[in-house]
Amino acid sequence: MRVSMQFFVSPILAICLFFATTIYAAPYTPSTDAEVLEHLPFKASDPTTRELRRLREELSVNPLDLGKAITLSQRYYQLALADGDPRFIGYAQAALSPWWEQSEPPVAVRVQRATLRQYNHDFDRALIDLKSAVQQAPRNGTAWSLLAAIHMVQAEYDVARQDCEMLQGLASRLIVIACIATVDSLNGKAGQAYDTLQKAYVSSSALTPQEILWVVTRLAEISDRLGRISDADMYFQRALKLNIPDSYLLAVYAEYLLDENRNAEVIALLKDKERSDVLLIRLALAEKALNTPKAAEHEAVIKARFDAARMRGDKLHIQDESRFYLYFLNNPKEALRLAQENWLSQHEPSDARMLLEAALAAKDKAAAQPALDWLKQSSIEDRHLQRLVKLAQELKS
Amino acid sequence: MMRLLLTVLLLTLANAAQAHKPSDSYLILKVEGDTVQGQWDIALRDLDFAIGLDGNGNGEITWGELRARQQAIAAYALPRLKILTQGKLCPTHATVHQVDKHSDGAYAVLRFVAECAQPLTTLELNYMLLFDVDPQHKGLLRLENKGTTTTAIFSPDKADQLFNLSEITLLRQFLDYAKEGVWHIWIGFDHILFLLSLLLPAVLYRSKKHWEAVSSFRPAIIDVLKIVTAFTLAHSITLTLATLGVVTLPTRLVESAIAASVVLSALNNIFPMFEGRRWMVAFAFGLIHGFGFASVLADLGLPQNALLLALVGFNLGVEGGQLAIVSAFLPLAYYLRGTVFYRRAVLFAGSILIMLLASVWLVERVFSLKLLVF
Repeated sequence: MRVSMQFFVSPILAICLFFATTIYAAPYTPSTDAEVLEHLPFKASDPTTRELRRLREELSVNPLDLGKAITLSQRYYQLALADGDPRFIGYAQAALSPWWEQSEPPVAVRVQRATLRQYNHDFDRALIDLKSAVQQAPRNGTAWSLLAAIHMVQAEYDVARQDCEMLQGLASRLIVIACIATVDSLNGKAGQAYDTLQKAYVSSSALTPQEILWVVTRLAEISDRLGRISDADMYFQRALKLNIPDSYLLAVYAEYLLDENRNAEVIALLKDKERSDVLLIRLALAEKALNTPKAAEHEAVIKARFDAARMRGDKLHIQDESRFYLYFLNNPKEALRLAQENWLSQHEPSDARMLLEAALAAKDKAAAQPALDWLKQSSIEDRHLQRLVKLAQELKS
Repeated sequence: MMRLLLTVLLLTLANAAQAHKPSDSYLILKVEGDTVQGQWDIALRDLDFAIGLDGNGNGEITWGELRARQQAIAAYALPRLKILTQGKLCPTHATVHQVDKHSDGAYAVLRFVAECAQPLTTLELNYMLLFDVDPQHKGLLRLENKGTTTTAIFSPDKADQLFNLSEITLLRQFLDYAKEGVWHIWIGFDHILFLLSLLLPAVLYRSKKHWEAVSSFRPAIIDVLKIVTAFTLAHSITLTLATLGVVTLPTRLVESAIAASVVLSALNNIFPMFEGRRWMVAFAFGLIHGFGFASVLADLGLPQNALLLALVGFNLGVEGGQLAIVSAFLPLAYYLRGTVFYRRAVLFAGSILIMLLASVWLVERVFSLKLLVF
């Protein structure tokens, strides 16, 4: 594995170096007019582009049109979900600009503002908006589902379950069941949650492809955690066959394949997804495992992007950054520091896994303790975590 | 509604937030006299969203398409960066258009010049690019001024930022002179050898015409402190007086006297003359060494607007370098003090070597000869 010297220097020096090298590479003048410089996500003739342009034009005539502003903001948010480009979150926020800074905006703005803020992991401010939204409008299903989702990320499973129950009558039966099953699957009742969700899925009729994608992805994840590997594979395949662009699905499936050492399949799945940081790091892990020619190049790109994120003060990539320090830079100490920082705000299985892996690599049992305590308390069933817990307990304190 | 519910739930459960690098622009400003040279890298994706670049609408941006929009890019971007000094706007104009590849795609490189009507003592920047269409956009600035680099990040709530250019220069000058001070003591063998000669016996004492090791650290460190303080005080006085032009001495005389001081202090270790009063030697000759420092400082060129700053910076640098040498010397000497090796090889033979070397310097300097290569 070739690793350039630049990767061994301290983060602060790296930022300086990066300023000197990566960001300001070398401006050049292309030799021909035909040279293609950039590929846009949409063509001008794409229906989505047209629809959004129309909406933007209409909104620019009357920026205070609340209904249009919310619609445009939601449309951009959906695009952000599809391929993970945060620019769309910015555009979604711009649509709400007349209300963005208000302390008491209309409920619809509160919910949409919370949606965008939780995307950027600003959970505290998102919760403030959502709690006041459901006080004013107790039948706002979006607000309850967001509350459930945030409480799950924060490992507040009892509260999350109550949030799910509030969705009764506001969302389809399948959604309510899926919401509760997702909470339960993280809370010591994975087998039962799987059965409930699977039955509800089979007995539901007239599901939209979007709904199928979502439920099947959940089933795949729960199967994987329970160690039902071939079931997981089957559900992942079914989700992929829907052909709905979804960066989350690709990320979790790649994760599953990496765990199963099916690196060549990871490369086939993600080879043209280099734009996405989340997917690129998974692609690079597979390339590193197989020692392919692209590995070093991708590693350098990831490094540059992490440095850029640090420069702009972003803290959204910490879990992946920790992983990068651990598996690419062989720096368990920095990896552990990042995993600990990440653990302060996020308590999902993948966060626990990162903390344990980093603590194990750094041979630091005390650092693993918060994740061990959390796992005991939530009694989560996850074969990867259980394996790591065993190793962590064998560490000398 | 249902669709949104689903996507909302899916996303947050997913926790796959922000898979891409967000929108940033990279701005380099170089201050040169009354003008500011700018290089602004803006993502083609962002420019396309703001003003449209994809002329044929095929989802690809070619150099030809970008070239056709160069004027539009300058007309869009430049008014969104206001460069002011002392409240007066410095008009900007584009010079060169190029392209660069960053980790997340291609960027238009816009070079420009801002002409200010007066010297730039402050730089007030107002950055508004893309904030109206993408409030998550950030502008990453690197500001270069007289060899100093400052960085800053522009965001919608930090769109106005003030940079005090003279302040940057003063701090920089201070650090530069401190660095020169450290460097000078480090390469100035005559100063080091003078000080070391005086310090070598600090871990010993004279008893019946023989050197004995001190029994505790205390007398050793007191002796060292006395010598170092006296030397510091003395050379600070003459360095200041000489730099301010109150007293001046011919360089040849000063350099010769410094060489003589080294000979004398080394000789004292073989034929002790100033037992217990070596700090007085340090003070007396420290005055001479101060003149030596002053001539180095004068050679560096003194900023008339920041004379005191340069003086203090240089002197602190000298003290820092000296302190480093002493703190490397003392523990080692203390550790070895009881050995025959220290008394014979270090103190006796070492002092003879120092004396010989300094004698050559003395001859060289008195007669303006060049005998040694260093």
